[in-house]
Amino acid sequence: MTQEHIVIIGNGIAGVTAARHIRKLSDKKVTIISSESEYFFSRTALMYVYMGHMKWQHLKPYEDHFWRKNNFNLVQDHVIDIFPEQHQIELRSKRKIHFDQLIIATGSKPNKFGWPGENANGVQGLYSKQDLELLEKNAPDNKTCRRAVIVGGGLIGVELAEMLHTRKIPVTFLVRESNFWNNVLPDEEAKMLNKHIKSHGIDLRLNTNLEKILVDENNRVYAVKVKESDEIINCDLVGLTAGVSPNIEFVKDSKIETNRGILVNRYLQTNYKHIYAIGDCAEQRENIGYRKPIEAVWYTGRMMGETVAQTICGKPMHYNPGHWFNSAKFFDIEYQTYGWVFNQPKEGHEHFFWKHPEKDICIHINYEKRSRKFIGFNTFGIRMRHVFFNQCLDASATVDDVVKHLHLANFDPELYKTYEKSIQQAFKTQQI
Amino acid sequence: MSTSANISATASADNLNAQQKIALFIGFSGLFILVLAVFKIVVVNQLVALLSSLIFISIGIIWYAKSTYKGQSPGVKNNFIYVSNLTNRGFWAYLLGLSLTGFYIILYFYPEILGLVKNGQNTRLIALFDPLSRVLSGNPASQWFVYGTLYTIAILTFGIKALLKYRHNSYQKVRTLSVIFFQLSFAFIIPELMARLNTNNFSLPYYDLKNIWPLNYYNFEQYRVDQFINAGSIGLALLIFGIISIFIITPILTFKYGKRWYCSWVCGCGGLAETAGDSFRHLSNKSINAWRFERWLIHLVTVFITLATIAVVYSYLGDDSSKYWLTRSTFLIAVMSILSLVFALIMIFKRNALQKDAIYAAIAFFIIIGSLISMHFIDGYQQQLFLFEAETLRSSYGFLIGSIFSGVIGTGFYPIFGNRVWCRFGCPMAAILGLQQRLFSKFRITTNGGQCISCGNCSTYCEMGIDVRAYAQKGENIVRSSCVGCGICANVCPRGVLKLENDNLDHRINSEDILLGNDVDLKDFLKKS
Repeated sequence: MTQEHIVIIGNGIAGVTAARHIRKLSDKKVTIISSESEYFFSRTALMYVYMGHMKWQHLKPYEDHFWRKNNFNLVQDHVIDIFPEQHQIELRSKRKIHFDQLIIATGSKPNKFGWPGENANGVQGLYSKQDLELLEKNAPDNKTCRRAVIVGGGLIGVELAEMLHTRKIPVTFLVRESNFWNNVLPDEEAKMLNKHIKSHGIDLRLNTNLEKILVDENNRVYAVKVKESDEIINCDLVGLTAGVSPNIEFVKDSKIETNRGILVNRYLQTNYKHIYAIGDCAEQRENIGYRKPIEAVWYTGRMMGETVAQTICGKPMHYNPGHWFNSAKFFDIEYQTYGWVFNQPKEGHEHFFWKHPEKDICIHINYEKRSRKFIGFNTFGIRMRHVFFNQCLDASATVDDVVKHLHLANFDPELYKTYEKSIQQAFKTQQI
Repeated sequence: MSTSANISATASADNLNAQQKIALFIGFSGLFILVLAVFKIVVVNQLVALLSSLIFISIGIIWYAKSTYKGQSPGVKNNFIYVSNLTNRGFWAYLLGLSLTGFYIILYFYPEILGLVKNGQNTRLIALFDPLSRVLSGNPASQWFVYGTLYTIAILTFGIKALLKYRHNSYQKVRTLSVIFFQLSFAFIIPELMARLNTNNFSLPYYDLKNIWPLNYYNFEQYRVDQFINAGSIGLALLIFGIISIFIITPILTFKYGKRWYCSWVCGCGGLAETAGDSFRHLSNKSINAWRFERWLIHLVTVFITLATIAVVYSYLGDDSSKYWLTRSTFLIAVMSILSLVFALIMIFKRNALQKDAIYAAIAFFIIIGSLISMHFIDGYQQQLFLFEAETLRSSYGFLIGSIFSGVIGTGFYPIFGNRVWCRFGCPMAAILGLQQRLFSKFRITTNGGQCISCGNCSTYCEMGIDVRAYAQKGENIVRSSCVGCGICANVCPRGVLKLENDNLDHRINSEDILLGNDVDLKDFLKKS
């Protein structure tokens, strides 16, 4: 019997994790195809290259010899077509590759909402290696780029703002929500972030939508027009950071079923038994808890990669992510979340909020009003221990238990000031 | 093939602001006064020249740091580290490296260029330091006093820079204050004041109490041991302190806190690396090959100094137990017992924690040292324990390791290979503490569940060249013998993934763990498969 050939499209965290685990479990032939970069790199750190904290080589979690040593076949090309029945894919180079099983892990692309001028020169997202290279051309310094406008107030938007800020490029930040990232965060945190972002000299415009991007005769952006005020803001760069969506154009012509993403069952299988989709490009047919059907998060990509490797190596396994968690950094403020804290308390939920009187440090706890069951925790400016909250959620602990044992959750460096006592005090006062 | 494999920030590093320029000018004028003195040009009174030089240098460094960090919000600001000429191995980095290397060569091998005159009046640069030296110790300056003064000023002023840069991080602030304190008191002032106690019939060797054998490789040489013993009970107490430092104090503190209690809180080499060397920490090599090289080199140096010290002590001991209780035989038996005990403990309890090549090397080293020592008990070989003269071993160690490695390469090459070359590849003290840290200590860097996003800041800014990310992204704790516990990985992590901790010994090394985030079934599954 010939060796089974597993082809993986995409060398991001999802595809590469799948490949690594397949290699751990088997000696199947593994081919990884990417047109973005020769080797796997950490997308989350693109910003640090622009800011000069790191070089490109530091973004690669494995040394270059790792891939050959572990017998991975790396192909740098772009897949343009998939033929599920023929077990074949076609590359841009016209080469065809036969596969026994296929894993699609092509990630996301920045959202565009049909704004006039959105494809002009000087308009870009920040997702890929190519985006970073483009940004170096579009905004190398504040003489080439006299002002940048960022559209969309999410995590990538604030990263782009920080990046441009380091090169002293003035930034106007258009945010649709009434407070920063308010579609996810409760008002209190969102307002604290408004202030923090402005304190770095960013021109943050809340409740503001983009109407159109104004383009000169060379198809180059020179300004944007704001919908609410008709204001024209001159700029040399427009950063589109209003979220991302699955990068699956090349799949649409095949008979693989898609919606916004590639539809998969709990085995991460598409409507073809031998084709899987993982990471940002996969869309769950079945809801998992409060999780969204498409999750463009680093660690879910990693977990799907681990799971699909088990299935492919003969141990079929459901994708079953544990309790929700996430983290981010907004300029100088670190954020972590464990479990669910919604921007508005859901029916039957209650919130407890504590903020340091001066510093940008706060926490927000969500719990069930009647049973007092702990549901989720937001923390800004205090690092917390993942394993602590996971245990609390596993054990259906009450909010009172969580607050009582909060010192066990602290993950700040040694010798840091602690705030558990003030939090516990405030919690006690609120409960009376 | 990717044509832009080396893309990096192209922005020119921020141009210096006016204050930074003035500060640089003041600092360099201070330095210039010292350079002039080397060429015998001293326009004013020596004391005035010295004080103004040292004050100008200090003001220059502190003012520069202040004007750099003043405009920034507290937080991690490594902007343009990889663009700036000085911190990215550009022209200025090489020039600085060459100047430092040249300085070390002159200092170690040609002190007369600096104006050292034995049994006479110092001239040039060293003469400039005479007044200060007389105030402290009552004696004229030596090249070591000049070096010690400049070293202390470097730790003090760049320490203030570190306090400003890391003002958001209490661990860094306290740690920096600690290295400043130990340098200023233990390394600089106390030994000089101790020299004041010396009289015609009482003399203590120059002793920096925190400088422990084998870093202080000469501590048990004959002239020092003689001085200790001749200085009565104080001298004997110091000698005993030197011995219990390495055999009792060090193991206890390392067990409780990891080797960081020494390497990044107390040690002078570490102190300079963490302050003046902080801007070069990212230059350490992170490749697996560098790690392999490190493990061989640092342990060979440790074997070398162990042998040389044994040979030196052996060479001045006698054979007649009626003259002095410690004879050559008793000494060698004691040494062999200690080495055997350590070897046995590791092989019995910790062999699973060692890599295969480490076990082979340990066995080989043990056999080599054992057979060399046993030559004493074979007639006809006593005179040349270890095949070489003790003096040859001692002086080659002093030259190769003590001067060239720790000074010329270790510090001179800061801007090229990073700030911990000596600590990582050469320091035998670090090797001994590291062995214990890896095998018998409560210290580890904990990884926070599944929060790692593999960004690589931790690995990039690890001065010891540890690929921290490789552990963090697998959810493994970092338990590495080379880790000096500086805490910068945790500082630069944007997601709060890393924490330096002293905690239970159970599950300290958790390489079997699966990242948190997956459901329990998957964890069990992966463990079983």
